[in-house]
Amino acid sequence: MTPGETLSSVKRKPSLAVWKFASCDGCQLTLLNCEDELLAITESVHIASFTEASSTVDPGPYDVSLVEGSITTSADAERIREVRAASGFLVTIGACATAGGIQALRNFGDDLAPVVYARPDYIRSLRTSTPIADHVHVDFELRGCPIDKRQLVEVIAALLAGRRPNVRGHSVCVECKRAGHVCVMVAHGTPCLGPVTQAGCGALCPGVNRGCYGCFGLMESPKTAALSPVWRQAGADGPALARAFRGFTAAAEPFRSAAAEAAAQAAGEAGSDDAR
Amino acid sequence: MTHGSRRANGHISVPALARVEGEGGLEIVVSDGQVTGARLDIYEPPRFFEALLRGRQYTEPPDITARICGICPVAYQMSACHAIEDACGVTPPEPVRALRRLLYCGEWIESHALHVYLLHAPDFLGYPSGIDLARDHPDIVSRGLRLKKAGNHLMAAVGGRSIHPVNVKVGGFYRAPTPRELAQLTPDLEQARQDAADTLTWVATFDFPEFERDYEFVSMRHPRQYPITEGRIVSSGGLDIAPKEYDDHFTEFQVEHSTALHSTLDGRTYLTGPLARYSLNFDRLPAHIQDEARAAGLGETCANPFRSILVRAVELLFACDEALRLIAEYQPPDPPAVDVTPQQASGYGVSEAPRGMLYHRYTITGDGTITDAKIVPPTSQNQRAIEADLVDFASPRLDMEHERLTAECEQAIRNHDPCISCATHFLDLWLIDGADGNHDHHHHDHHAAHPPELPHN
Repeated sequence: MTPGETLSSVKRKPSLAVWKFASCDGCQLTLLNCEDELLAITESVHIASFTEASSTVDPGPYDVSLVEGSITTSADAERIREVRAASGFLVTIGACATAGGIQALRNFGDDLAPVVYARPDYIRSLRTSTPIADHVHVDFELRGCPIDKRQLVEVIAALLAGRRPNVRGHSVCVECKRAGHVCVMVAHGTPCLGPVTQAGCGALCPGVNRGCYGCFGLMESPKTAALSPVWRQAGADGPALARAFRGFTAAAEPFRSAAAEAAAQAAGEAGSDDAR
Repeated sequence: MTHGSRRANGHISVPALARVEGEGGLEIVVSDGQVTGARLDIYEPPRFFEALLRGRQYTEPPDITARICGICPVAYQMSACHAIEDACGVTPPEPVRALRRLLYCGEWIESHALHVYLLHAPDFLGYPSGIDLARDHPDIVSRGLRLKKAGNHLMAAVGGRSIHPVNVKVGGFYRAPTPRELAQLTPDLEQARQDAADTLTWVATFDFPEFERDYEFVSMRHPRQYPITEGRIVSSGGLDIAPKEYDDHFTEFQVEHSTALHSTLDGRTYLTGPLARYSLNFDRLPAHIQDEARAAGLGETCANPFRSILVRAVELLFACDEALRLIAEYQPPDPPAVDVTPQQASGYGVSEAPRGMLYHRYTITGDGTITDAKIVPPTSQNQRAIEADLVDFASPRLDMEHERLTAECEQAIRNHDPCISCATHFLDLWLIDGADGNHDHHHHDHHAAHPPELPHN
């Protein structure tokens, strides 16, 4: 595609590429899990490169690239720039690509390689795991660990139609109410990250009587500080809240600072307990 | 190293694989016209799960370790639960265990259908992908997708969602599905059972290379059931141990060419996965499934890795059958989970992931903090067996036209359904002339915008 062109103005079948960086494969698997839509999608878009599904690889450029995974090696930091250069729209899919993923927990501590590998000198890995947008311009971010199938189909359909995907930034609470679930935090006193987490999953965890654990990352206007006293009432201490924030999207602000704040608060309380 | 097929001077070369690049490779070393070694290079960026579990709570591994693999998250969740419950001295009651087995059946169906239809079958039929196969045979691929969907639906019904289920916890489940919710799955699973039977008939018509290996098979074994979630660890070499004895016999070690640790059993190379499960547990399959396996041309054991697609089809059939049985006999666990109180201890857990045995070990403190974690995925364990396959397979075939040999070597790796995310990226077939040590790899620019891995999981 050339600048100014939209997908809907492309006369030929638009081409799609799927890329993997540090990740679990679950988000690109979501595309293959569109069992009812997959063959229809392949009629509307030309899958030019999708190594999980095909050994045929067409050279770029690609109209749309779906990027899964985070950047954890210097080679990958280089490769994402190549992918960007070869792509029209670049859409990041999933918590690793949009927030660094669970492997971004390494960002908060010591070098982890010696814990896992006897010869860490054989391992070429950066000390941090970072989202794709830290490295290149991203046209659209689709959240989730993993992403939601319906949202993925919506993003592809919207790009084909040349419109903005209808993916909202409100909290899980909205979805939860819509689904008719009883609030697990108010009714059962179960700590829940739903109020600060972006919707999209369909409020799955409250649906099984469990608190949301934030795998879609933060909603558009999260009030993380307000969550702390509510969690406390529910019997969850500072370290528990810090751990909850340090989950699958830990490297994304303001989860990052919220976790630090909760941890500092917990440490302060422990200190004053000692003083007593 | 030169391009072209075998030449008089014994130099062998294979051009770069069309679909590969980047972070891993396969090297076959040829000296004086003999294959002297094969190396599966794995450059998958490490994600350090074992390290980042330290300091987390004992309740967290089911959610955290699921993220190792989007294709087999339930395997990670189950082995994690088993290990932590073992540390805490808890055995959940039968209804919880039956529901776990049901969830796991969904994962076997989803994962095996993906591999059989979209990853492995195209090799036998000469297509680059399942999508291309669908152009000529839409009904066949639709059957595979329907089967895969039935597995995903089952996982979603029990686990809350198919990738990274949310309903699993240490001690059981957050919520037990109602019998009615599960009964609604029955028609789809009956269709899936028929689709699995048709799958077996279909793959039985494929052409398989004559190739057998003298594997030491390793799998779980249960007194009555075909192993999925429970049992001892046995091998065709006479091993018979409890999961807690795993570390006395299995050793993990690092090699320079892989970010996935290698593993040996008392110093020996071994194989885990469908071939091993089947060959060690044929007698645990229901009689009618044994009959269908025999009708498809399988014996009671199978040592031809190319025929693993047949074994996966048999396991698909079994998983559909088993799911239907578990749903028919379903008693909702009440409560859905038992209490698991932490105690200072180490615990050991295994289960049979679609790709083979998956071992977890955790050490926790009295307040439930994890101080040590060890996870051994099946693909890590199989690296040495895959390398040995390659040596045996390529040796008598060095005269073969190089593109075909390359494709067949790739297929030989794909036989074991290696999981990219659990352990593997392998991207390039490099034939090295060992005689002069020439490492002139015919590979793409590692940094080019080419796909980062091969399509096998």
